[in-house]
Amino acid sequence: MIYDALIAPFTEFEFMRRALAAVIALALGGAPIGVFLMLRRMSLVGDAMAHAILPGAAIGFLLSGLNLFAMTAGGLIAGFTVAILSGVVARATELKEDASLATFYLASLALGVTIVSIKGTNIDLLHVLFGNILAMDNPTLLMIACNATITLIVLAVIYRPLVIESVDPLFLRTVSRAGAPAHLAFLALVVVNLVNGFQALGTLLAVGLMILPAGIARFWSRDITGMICIAVVSAIVSGYAGLVLSFQTKVPSGPAIILVAALLYMASVLFGSVSGVIRQMFPGRHLEA
Amino acid sequence: MAASLQFRDVTLGYDRHPAVHHLNGDVTPGALLAIVGPNGAGKSTLFRGIVGILKPLAGSILTGDLDVRDIAYLPQTADIDRSFPISVFDFVGTGLWRSTGFFGGMGDRKSRDRIAQALASVGLSGFENRGIGTLSGGQMQRLLFARVLLQDARLIVLDEPLNAIDAKTSDDLLALVRRWHTEGRTVLAALHDMDLVRANFPDTLLLARGPVAWGKTADVLTAENLLQARRMCEAFDEGAAACAVHDAPSRAA
Repeated sequence: MIYDALIAPFTEFEFMRRALAAVIALALGGAPIGVFLMLRRMSLVGDAMAHAILPGAAIGFLLSGLNLFAMTAGGLIAGFTVAILSGVVARATELKEDASLATFYLASLALGVTIVSIKGTNIDLLHVLFGNILAMDNPTLLMIACNATITLIVLAVIYRPLVIESVDPLFLRTVSRAGAPAHLAFLALVVVNLVNGFQALGTLLAVGLMILPAGIARFWSRDITGMICIAVVSAIVSGYAGLVLSFQTKVPSGPAIILVAALLYMASVLFGSVSGVIRQMFPGRHLEA
Repeated sequence: MAASLQFRDVTLGYDRHPAVHHLNGDVTPGALLAIVGPNGAGKSTLFRGIVGILKPLAGSILTGDLDVRDIAYLPQTADIDRSFPISVFDFVGTGLWRSTGFFGGMGDRKSRDRIAQALASVGLSGFENRGIGTLSGGQMQRLLFARVLLQDARLIVLDEPLNAIDAKTSDDLLALVRRWHTEGRTVLAALHDMDLVRANFPDTLLLARGPVAWGKTADVLTAENLLQARRMCEAFDEGAAACAVHDAPSRAA
């Protein structure tokens, strides 16, 4: 019974195994990026960027159909264009970066939906908006795994300046010129992982497997290494449980994964050992020192 | 070798509006110089110019053969995100950047010993695993001093290092400042307590959006100079004319 519900879908169906592999790769690459987005107070920037990649992916789709490389390249170009343009406007005018990014991503999203609507079908639009993790072919899976590997390598390279820039940016600027390159590399990783998530979860939910696990981790660890580990594990658990839920109930897989992550998040808010609600209500006897 | 600084008619500010106007003078190698002045006088702006974060609007700051790694800068604690989940050990260990660079670890015995020594010097032994968000204001200030110790820099720039801390902590940190001075390092510190400046700093620069006086502390901190600094104009006028001043008083410490 338990075997049939939890294991059999993956032993019997190849598409489920591919989906599980994809979700693990997404978790390994995206969750650490989500932790940094959260700690740098950029959670909503990630969400905005997720919308910004739509027109690029849509143009790639129009030119080559559901071709992964064309859509990924388009998404990357659109993501970087919006990130750079909003940065330039913020520095050249009095508009703050969040407002500048909001205007560009809204325009970008509207443009993307328009392009897909004019040239594609409603099914295409649904695919772009919500992705389809159950339709992973080999090239897509390889691309996701490749992007996750690149993410982990680049993150390892920029880890130290990224941490110092987050906690004490002035200090970093006085001891090294690595701050700006590290920030740009980090933004590039955000875009890469959004495009990754885009294949599986669609533009609307791509950021979900980055931010929700990071939010979960915040309630269980005070240490950034611990946070990253917990975020990765909770993203994998959400992905696995979401796929099982989707298989058993016919709920679309992307929303199922994010809903499971949201449930884990709610449980963490309540029971988390670091400032969870229950922990705060019943903190136990105070210590001597 | 101790570091020297030369200000050549330097003007620092933001968006064309000067915060420090036409500063000239030299900081001699090994100097222990207090920078004093009212809020908004330009002390932090001057420091940002010295450490290279802020480009002068005009003039120049000459730092000789100083590399960016030869300067240790202690910022105001308000500039630090204390909610970031980083331990005292890891935070103070960033002071080893000069020797570890991008990838060097801090877990080897030599690095751990150096970090332990720096924390012991500021009375924070045993705090290694605590998050920086759990420290009091005084403890955070001591932590920043420990990081400066690890940086082993020729020029040390301290931005209001003794604000909002108790007398004992203040004495302990001042002892470190004097130690750096006797080691031949050049130390600049922005301070508000005039008695403390008179007792500990041989030289002083009195700023009020420009130099009011610069020289021996006793000669600078006179009632007349302090009154002049207090009358500082804090105008930030969008319609102001372009500055026509080319000559400014030149002093040296």
